Amino acid sequence: MNSWPLLSLTTFVPLIGAAFILMIRGEAEVVARNARNVALWTSLITLLLALAVWANFDPKSAAFQLEERAAWIPAFNISYHMGVDGISVFFVVLSAFLTPLCVLASWEAIKERVREYMIAFLVLETLMIGMFCALDIVLFYLFFEGVLIPMFLIIGIWGGPRRVYSAFKFFLYTLLGSVLMLVAILAIYFTADTTDIPALMKLALPREMQMWLWLAFFASFAVKVPMWPLHTWLPDAHVEAPTAGSVILAGVLLKMGGYGFLRFSLPMMPLASEFFAPLVFGLSIVAVIYTSLVALAQEDMKKLIAYSSVAHMGFVTIGIFTFNVQGIEGAIFQMLSHGIVSAALFLCVGVVYDRMHSRLIATYGGLVNRMPLYAFVFMVFMLGSVGMPGTSGFVGEMLVLVGAYQVSTWVAALAATGVVLGAAYMLWLYRRVVFGELDKPELKTILDLDRREIVIFVPLIVAVIWMGVYPSSFLDAIHVSVQNLVDNYQAAIKAAGAAKGHAALIGGVR
Amino acid sequence: MYSAIVFLPLLGAAIAGLFGRLIGDRASQWVTTGLLLISAVLACVGFARVVLGGAPFDVEVMRWIVSGTFEVSWALRFDALSAVMCVVVTVVSGMVHAYSWGYMSHDKSIARFFSYLSLFTFFMLMLVTSNNFVQMFFGWEGVGLASYLLIGFWYDRPSANAAAIKAFLVNRVGDFGFALGILGTFMVFNAVAFDTVFAGVPGVAGKTVHFLGLSVEVMTLLCLLLFVGAMGKSAQLGLHTWLPDAMEGPTPVSALIHAATMVTAGVFMVCRLSPMFEYSQTALTVVTVVGALTAFFAATVGLVQNDIKRVIAYSTCSQLGYMFFAAGVSAYSAAMFHLTTHAFFKALLFLGAGSVIHAMSGEQDMRKMGGIWRKIPVTYTFMWIGSLALAGVPFFAGYFSKDLIIEAAFASKTGVGQFAFWMGTIAAALTAFYSWRLLFMTFHGESRADHDVLHHVHESPVSMTAPMALLAVGAVFSGVALAGLFTGEASSAFWGKAIYVAANHTALKDAHHVALWLKVLPIAVAFAGILAAWYMYIRKPNLPAAMAAEFSDVHSFLYNKWYFDELYDVLFVRPAKWLGRVLWQGGDGRIIDGFGPNGLAALTLDVARRAARLQSGYLYHYAFAMLIGVALFVSYYLFVR
Repeated sequence: MNSWPLLSLTTFVPLIGAAFILMIRGEAEVVARNARNVALWTSLITLLLALAVWANFDPKSAAFQLEERAAWIPAFNISYHMGVDGISVFFVVLSAFLTPLCVLASWEAIKERVREYMIAFLVLETLMIGMFCALDIVLFYLFFEGVLIPMFLIIGIWGGPRRVYSAFKFFLYTLLGSVLMLVAILAIYFTADTTDIPALMKLALPREMQMWLWLAFFASFAVKVPMWPLHTWLPDAHVEAPTAGSVILAGVLLKMGGYGFLRFSLPMMPLASEFFAPLVFGLSIVAVIYTSLVALAQEDMKKLIAYSSVAHMGFVTIGIFTFNVQGIEGAIFQMLSHGIVSAALFLCVGVVYDRMHSRLIATYGGLVNRMPLYAFVFMVFMLGSVGMPGTSGFVGEMLVLVGAYQVSTWVAALAATGVVLGAAYMLWLYRRVVFGELDKPELKTILDLDRREIVIFVPLIVAVIWMGVYPSSFLDAIHVSVQNLVDNYQAAIKAAGAAKGHAALIGGVR
Repeated sequence: MYSAIVFLPLLGAAIAGLFGRLIGDRASQWVTTGLLLISAVLACVGFARVVLGGAPFDVEVMRWIVSGTFEVSWALRFDALSAVMCVVVTVVSGMVHAYSWGYMSHDKSIARFFSYLSLFTFFMLMLVTSNNFVQMFFGWEGVGLASYLLIGFWYDRPSANAAAIKAFLVNRVGDFGFALGILGTFMVFNAVAFDTVFAGVPGVAGKTVHFLGLSVEVMTLLCLLLFVGAMGKSAQLGLHTWLPDAMEGPTPVSALIHAATMVTAGVFMVCRLSPMFEYSQTALTVVTVVGALTAFFAATVGLVQNDIKRVIAYSTCSQLGYMFFAAGVSAYSAAMFHLTTHAFFKALLFLGAGSVIHAMSGEQDMRKMGGIWRKIPVTYTFMWIGSLALAGVPFFAGYFSKDLIIEAAFASKTGVGQFAFWMGTIAAALTAFYSWRLLFMTFHGESRADHDVLHHVHESPVSMTAPMALLAVGAVFSGVALAGLFTGEASSAFWGKAIYVAANHTALKDAHHVALWLKVLPIAVAFAGILAAWYMYIRKPNLPAAMAAEFSDVHSFLYNKWYFDELYDVLFVRPAKWLGRVLWQGGDGRIIDGFGPNGLAALTLDVARRAARLQSGYLYHYAFAMLIGVALFVSYYLFVR
């Protein structure tokens, strides 16, 4: 298999599928059906390829694997360079895992411009996977920014009534951050004369420069995560996006920020990362507590889950900036877990939205009476969201807290309050939607999950339980790369400390 | 075989839960109850093995979370502590399963109920057989989940839903402390396995660490944090508010979860962690005081409640207080002893109450009962047995365990020990009083039920009375049978290394040699309590109402449970909701969006509009502007140059 360009295949197969769909001609009905089928099969093939990537991944090595390199713009020393390590490999799998589910979730919900919709999703998949595989900073930037376009279209065209406002808010927020990142990338290029990520990781940039670069990257990643107070685009985007759009948004797009911190901020700007860690902790803790409280007050299901995403991603940023193995592995695991749990929760909302066309909590109540299967599925993901041990949510939160406690008991204690508040808003949501008497006349005929919906949820449930009961199957592959990252970080801090000590010594002698 | 004890109930829960609708209610009942009884038999075999001197051992199932030095496995430990707990849990659970055949026969989701019961049992067994902190936490949260599901079992009742959420959240507050305790333990010992941690305790005892800016003694900090978790799960003063509300669940659930097993998890935890608690006098003091206060507080509230289940619930709360102060004076084995006997007689009382409620067509208010003892003599007898055991009347189970705790508290010779002794003695009198108040109000005197209900009063079927009979045997004989093994001569061999007591903590040993008046006192106050109840509810039935009117302040203070719920509502619930709203509409809406994207957008529009106004299209406007421009330009050159 090693001779195959596996990563390129995984990345570009969806694009080929999109091209196929583009060529479909005929009556609207036929086009829609074919577009759906092509999209589904393409995304399933991609999933198989992604699993092959996982199978071929050597968990004992910290190096980038399955590397591919080709000259791209030789004049500027920019190359097409792909590869994965323990930090990125599961994000590739996650993206490929969620896309077929999204296609299935949109099977009946999307009736207009089906062809364009499916093309947008396949292009989106290419860009997401490409972003996690890219090992050239320009290539990365291209994918990173490119993701915005299909997402913008998905919200803006197939979204709800306020879709245009939300799409623009989403676009402007993320673009504003990206512009600063572009400047930073240019600065790095002019300093290092290379855009190759592995080469840049070995670079020891001057402290002053690290600070500015860090802030520029931070502007972009913090919007994506999103960190408080740059989060307000997220609830609006989620509310207006179609279900599958929310799934990708919560499942993968939010992880781009966390991934960015791990790929760029920590290895390339360790001194700045250390300097700004308290800022990140502060913002993250505010995010955890503030957005959990805000989630308590929500009346719209999607908004509530969107706010809970902000709170959960607060754990991620805390974990990343603890700079220890547990914290960072916890952060990665939390991202994967949140990718599945929040995606599934949005799908749960989508199920009832498709039936009732309302996202308001008050529309529902007593669904368990008519929809016992749905109640069970929703319960599993609710528990995943509140971090019940045995589900994926627990492992990430626990490891992040373990990491945080070693850095500061304050950070750990304040973050842990989010666990209590998280249980409050999720249980309350569940109670208002699922429990109680079914006394609303319009709900009397609501139907339980159909076969297509069951097919969507079963893999998600399996994933949540598997990750909760046997997380080692993921953590083992993540570990070596994280250990390497932590070692390099500490070496850099030590070297800087030694240099400073040296300078001070010289200063003292003089 | 030992793994089977733990995993058979899970298998049952999965079958009944996932395929319940496929295989039907009856099959679900058979599967869950059958597997659970097998598990109970195996647990008894395991217990016998420990009694015969089998060495403790661990069964490693598989790796769980491994991240750097943070290593946790799924593993089952079988030693004296977990063997005792396994027997208690599986036997009571088996009886409750059997009892539910009759009790839940009219319900519409029987398979779901049995699935939850078995699921609970699985989590509880995972909790008690854990060999590390994290798996214990898994079981801990798992039983909380099962409790949440079962309290809210009748999901169409708003009160049941509210109680379920309350139980989950209050427990989460406790778990917050538990989790921080685990984190701190890992920080200090770089391990979360019990053996490694316990081995390291003597080395760090007395050292200090920083926590939230304070410098505290390390063992005190860890023990207190972990104890917060125990307080939540075992409904100790401050975190007790969920337990009475939890009575919204079906009565078999109250018997299993909220009397016999789950609520005792906190006591079990303190005993399991005795090698840690023994190294912090401060933590032991706190445990003693909290336990003693709870024993007293809950007993006072129990005096005036009218719901038959709530009386027993407060009684449970109070008895858990006894177990805690026993642990607090280092009489861990006495705590475990009381835990075991209590499991039998309290489960019996709850099942008896369930039988009464069943007979009374669902009525739970004792003010609407009375005079039915002739109609349900079997239930009546069992309630007497349960009450006798609870009050500690000689030679019933509670007599052996509770009196020993009171004596141990006295024999500890510490200030808090004396405090616990007096609180425990007063609470013993109150316990006897409210138990017989319950008996008299429910079974004796004039009937206050309406005619229809009274007409339907009937004895429960054998499927309900047979499990009660078995528990009644335990309520009578478990004390005398187990006293020697748990707390007598054979006890140190029996417990082995599972319980550690520092050499200078001799309360339990001394408790066997206290003065005669001390041995008589608990019995005397118990009889006094019974007599008082007889006087007030049989001899002078108008007296209670008169007293309630006379001391109305005291009565409403007790009746409203010391106003804890109201206090928490004002302190936590309302502010959280208010803050959420303010942060959302004020913080996100007005400030962040107002000055951020919306503000910027408005500003841009504004500037654009002004700019647009300049482009009016009239020639003379442009000509005028040009002229002014030329004029300014010329003057600039003339004056500056």
